Amino acid sequence: MKADPKGVMAGAYFIDGDHACAEGAIAAGCRFVAGYPITPSTEVVERIAERFPLIGGMFIQMEDEIASSIAIQGAVWAGKKAMTVTSGPGFSLMMEHIGLAAMTETPCVFVDVQRGGPSTGLPTLPGQGDMMQARWGSHGDYGIIALCPNSPQESFDLTIKAFNLAEQYRVPVLLMLDECVGHMTERVVVPPAEEIEITPRRYWEGPKEGFLLFKAAQDRVPPMVKAGDGYNIHVTGLTHDERGYPVMTAAAQEKLIRRLVDKIRLNSEAIVEYKEDQTAGADIVIVSFGITSRVAIPAIEQARREGAKVGHLRLITAWPFPARRIRELSGHVSCFVVPEINYGQMVREVERCVAGRTRVERVSHGGGSVHNPKDIYAKIMSCGKEERR
Amino acid sequence: MTEESMDIDMSMPTNTVEEFLRMERMPHIWCPGCGIGTTVNCFAHALETSGLDLKKVSIVSGIGCTGRVAGYLKLDSFHTTHGRALPFATGLKLANPELKVVVYSGDGDLTAIGGNHFIHAARRNVDMTVVLINNFIYGMTGGQVAPTTPIGATASTTPHGNFEEPFNLPYLAESCGAVYVARWTAYHVRHATKAIKDALLKRGFSFVEILAPCPTLYSRRNRLGDGLDQMKFYRDNSEVKNDADTKTVGLSFQGKVIVGKFVDKDKPTYLDSMNAFYAQKFGDKYSPYKG
Repeated sequence: MKADPKGVMAGAYFIDGDHACAEGAIAAGCRFVAGYPITPSTEVVERIAERFPLIGGMFIQMEDEIASSIAIQGAVWAGKKAMTVTSGPGFSLMMEHIGLAAMTETPCVFVDVQRGGPSTGLPTLPGQGDMMQARWGSHGDYGIIALCPNSPQESFDLTIKAFNLAEQYRVPVLLMLDECVGHMTERVVVPPAEEIEITPRRYWEGPKEGFLLFKAAQDRVPPMVKAGDGYNIHVTGLTHDERGYPVMTAAAQEKLIRRLVDKIRLNSEAIVEYKEDQTAGADIVIVSFGITSRVAIPAIEQARREGAKVGHLRLITAWPFPARRIRELSGHVSCFVVPEINYGQMVREVERCVAGRTRVERVSHGGGSVHNPKDIYAKIMSCGKEERR
Repeated sequence: MTEESMDIDMSMPTNTVEEFLRMERMPHIWCPGCGIGTTVNCFAHALETSGLDLKKVSIVSGIGCTGRVAGYLKLDSFHTTHGRALPFATGLKLANPELKVVVYSGDGDLTAIGGNHFIHAARRNVDMTVVLINNFIYGMTGGQVAPTTPIGATASTTPHGNFEEPFNLPYLAESCGAVYVARWTAYHVRHATKAIKDALLKRGFSFVEILAPCPTLYSRRNRLGDGLDQMKFYRDNSEVKNDADTKTVGLSFQGKVIVGKFVDKDKPTYLDSMNAFYAQKFGDKYSPYKG
């Protein structure tokens, strides 16, 4: 379906990635946001707070991130599209509720504008150190989707996509910005509502009798109803059967958790998104995401000018990871170079997919600034030399 | 068994609250003598007489023995994370103000791990009813000390006795902004039922504390007998004092229990305040928020 024109601020603007995220949420139909102030994400909720009263939205600043990350889930079960926004320390506090949303299959969006960590770290400066936390942060096993925009425009576009994927798979979706993308100001085009595709909630349309809230369709995603519809639903974070009733057995665990993992894993070809540049015939492929994907460009261009065959694969979905594509490339690429603002997180996925078939080099950076492109360039050239030897 | 008792028509429900329960989930997990089931009975009777459209009633629990209540009630029911029933309920209510939202949970869940949410939900005066079952102990995990355990009582993590000052919950609720505050015990089933019904029909943050025996983990460890002994204790040691100053209703170990309706006042709810404020701020451009 198309976006609700109410609130869609069609036009071209000069805004930062945080503001673009807020506009993306509004365009996606989000009308409930709960948040707690934290740099460098606060501008998202500030804009939401400014915009919501006149478009029928509900913004509430909760007492902490724990409260924010579950208030949105209450709102979803009442029928809203909902989002919370935070940065590192708040993201850590939200982990239990990412697990709750995964377990109860509550479609919602968590935005993490990453800063330097761990702990209070570098509140105003960039990091990309929450990528593994995004995948594995809550206890237990579950599938998750995480997107990483590299510009304000993409922050807008991928916020809409995050809401759409959340509804499509009844799963929490994480939007992993970084401080640079959040605070970078660029041109952002908000299309008219009729050009914005929205995935509606997958509400049950069959007979009320015999409805089961956790009985999955063919694609492993069960339909939803909302509180007040007269279904007497039961939703629990305990391991549950198709009725939603707790069942404390290994068999119930196997059935439920396997489905929660498989609904992302087995649908990953449909979910995975990445962009490639000159990877065909490349000797060296840079795998990057977020702001680092832009910092890498001058390094790649310099190396190409000097004759190196360098390709670039930019992750748009960090999770699920484009495992199949990395495996394919590992057949002809002699070296992958993975710059990221952490000491080696997504590079581990690259290594896992490459499985020793070829070299994988990391360009680590502790955070607080972006890479110097010279460091990425130097790594590319050193790989090239190895290759020539 | 007498001849007379054999005449019961077994095709009829034996208890009028059964229609409010998920009977397919019985038997419940609560121990013999536990007071939680008694309070659920009170709650069901309160619902029955409240005139509320049950389709629009949602119940939210946290974790713990009382946290299991949501799962046994035939309503839209949410069994959330430990301590977080209130923020979930806040989201549910604010997203759809037509819903009647009830939070039903224990003393540890709502006032230890969930204490921050409790004070803020009361402060905001979000329109919801909180039924807090206070058994002075963490039952589900094996009888650890709680923020409600009286000084001198023993728990598994205070084997030598508790010396920490416990919360006076009615005072806490009132001072944070609750518009309705009452305390009863599992012995006072009629009063508790009436209090829950009043709370359900009250606009704003309403709070009902019900003291309930935990024979397995509190009474036995403290040599207070079984559930029935605890009920007798409530009968003999409770004093009804409606409108009592909540400062004076703190509990001590096996001391006097002040019960009654302590607070019943009117104040704009969160949504009332928001709508009035924005209507003044934005004039005709603002449509009152309806969810």
